[in-house]
Amino acid sequence: MYSEKVMDHFMNPRNQGEITDADGVGEVGNPTCGDIMRIFLTIRDNIVTDVKFQTFGCGAAVASSSMATELIKGKTLEEAWEVSNKAVAEALEGLPPIKMHCSVLAEEGIHKAINDYRIKHGLEPWEEKNPHSHDHHGHEDETCSS
Amino acid sequence: MTAERIVYMDHSATTATDPAVVDAMAPWFSKGYGNPSSLYSIARESKKAVEVARNQVAAALGAKPDEIYFTSGGTEADNWAIKGVVSANHKKGNHIITCAIEHHAVLHTCEYLEKQGFSVTYLPVDETGQVRISDLKAAITDQTILVTIMFANNEIGTIEPIAEIGKVCRERGVYFHTDAVQAIGNVTIDVEAMNIDLLSLSAHKFYGPKGIGALYIRKGVRIDNLLHGGGQERRKRAGTENIPGIVGLGLAIERAIARMEEQNKRVSALRDRLLKEILKTIPNTRLNGHPTERLPGNINVSFDFIEGESMLLLLDHFGICASTGSACTSGSLEPSHVLLAIGLPAETAHGSLRLTLGAENTEDDVTYVLEQLNKVVIRLREMSPLYADHKKRSCNV
Ligand SMILES: Cc1ncc(COP(=O)(O)O)c(C=O)c1O
Ligand code: FES
Repeated sequence: MYSEKVMDHFMNPRNQGEITDADGVGEVGNPTCGDIMRIFLTIRDNIVTDVKFQTFGCGAAVASSSMATELIKGKTLEEAWEVSNKAVAEALEGLPPIKMHCSVLAEEGIHKAINDYRIKHGLEPWEEKNPHSHDHHGHEDETCSS
Repeated sequence: MTAERIVYMDHSATTATDPAVVDAMAPWFSKGYGNPSSLYSIARESKKAVEVARNQVAAALGAKPDEIYFTSGGTEADNWAIKGVVSANHKKGNHIITCAIEHHAVLHTCEYLEKQGFSVTYLPVDETGQVRISDLKAAITDQTILVTIMFANNEIGTIEPIAEIGKVCRERGVYFHTDAVQAIGNVTIDVEAMNIDLLSLSAHKFYGPKGIGALYIRKGVRIDNLLHGGGQERRKRAGTENIPGIVGLGLAIERAIARMEEQNKRVSALRDRLLKEILKTIPNTRLNGHPTERLPGNINVSFDFIEGESMLLLLDHFGICASTGSACTSGSLEPSHVLLAIGLPAETAHGSLRLTLGAENTEDDVTYVLEQLNKVVIRLREMSPLYADHKKRSCNV
């Protein structure tokens, strides 16, 4: 059900862990299925010089965290802010429709972490776009109990 | 990538067909292909084979052969039992009683009938997954026409107090159906002694083929047909018989009953060792379901701080086949209704793992699964923000 890229990032997650003296931390929970993601950022001269994640969730959530952290590493805060869940899903060579909300978690986690940094530095937080308008397409009940 | 070793511990999902059963089925595809409804000799052979299988199924249940009807599996048997009984008895009443942890083949059928105007009581279960007899007694009204409670649960393995339920239903004059799909070959069943009026079974859960099952209907039970058409199965279940499937079902059930005692002893010993070691070696783990009244091969445990789908993916990487009640795998993104019904919080259901052992599992498999499972849980916990918080909390005390 998952692409090779998703499986690669799930089996060998990049940037997994914690930054104890992080400059920005973002934690988001998934209202759809109850999962949690935490993003840690180290920021020097407006650049994401280090990033780590902790995730409690499915394969797609772990792979999205891993890919999202890869995509923002070395980027300016403005560039990192623009990394969308669609970009994460595309970089993973696609996610099953029912798993798109897991990549939203990564986008929101990054936004939260950047704003945490901005607030700590007396800067105006950027506007997070409607945090709970998750992609629910592919949400048909395909429950299979055996 | 494919793991070098495959350890199948998902026998409640399905089982491999016993080679002896495959051998017995084979001639009925290419040689004994006659339609039992026809007159010539090869058709008579098919008809005889069906009747042999009917006797085998009846013997396994303590029923009479003319109380056995072949179906396309457990789902059809459940649908027929419930829809057929309420349709034939709706003048008597419109109330059905079932329970919260039934398989969807029963639950969704009941929900459908609710939309058609029937009223349904979904009995709660206790924290082990058992229906309380006092709840059942209190729920039966003069409108009740059917009680349908599963023999054993497919997720947590809990065995329901079927004999007691049957007794109550008989005393109150209400039909009693039980979905025994998970119970066959694992638990002794006697439809007479247990006062069961209808019982569903499915061959692929006891080393028979997929797509074939049966419904036991006690003589005299008022039930309408589900499928209309030809006059097969004494005019009760239309459709040309699946002869190879029926032959396979018959032999599979006979073999399952014959080896039940010995196999249960062996499988439950393996299960007990695996369970004991899991609980001993992996902290923050709990057993879901009943401590003793459970299917011999069933383990259902929850690991705190981790999620089930990622557990299954890693286990699969090591060749281990298992299942989970996590929301992330459910398709509806809801956690298992069974785990919620026994009172687990959504997070605990999220971290649940079902391992169901069966005929081909060995001591070696148990050792291997333990080793890999330990690694998998540690690996996922290291990734989990909940575990990080937990570690900090325990350092601060
Ligand atoms: C308890 C229970 N009932 C019904 C079914 C459905 O049976 P089948 O797959 O033969 O339709 C299953 C298994 O899938 C089951 O575990
Ligand atoms: S985190 Fe639950 S479905 Fe992806």
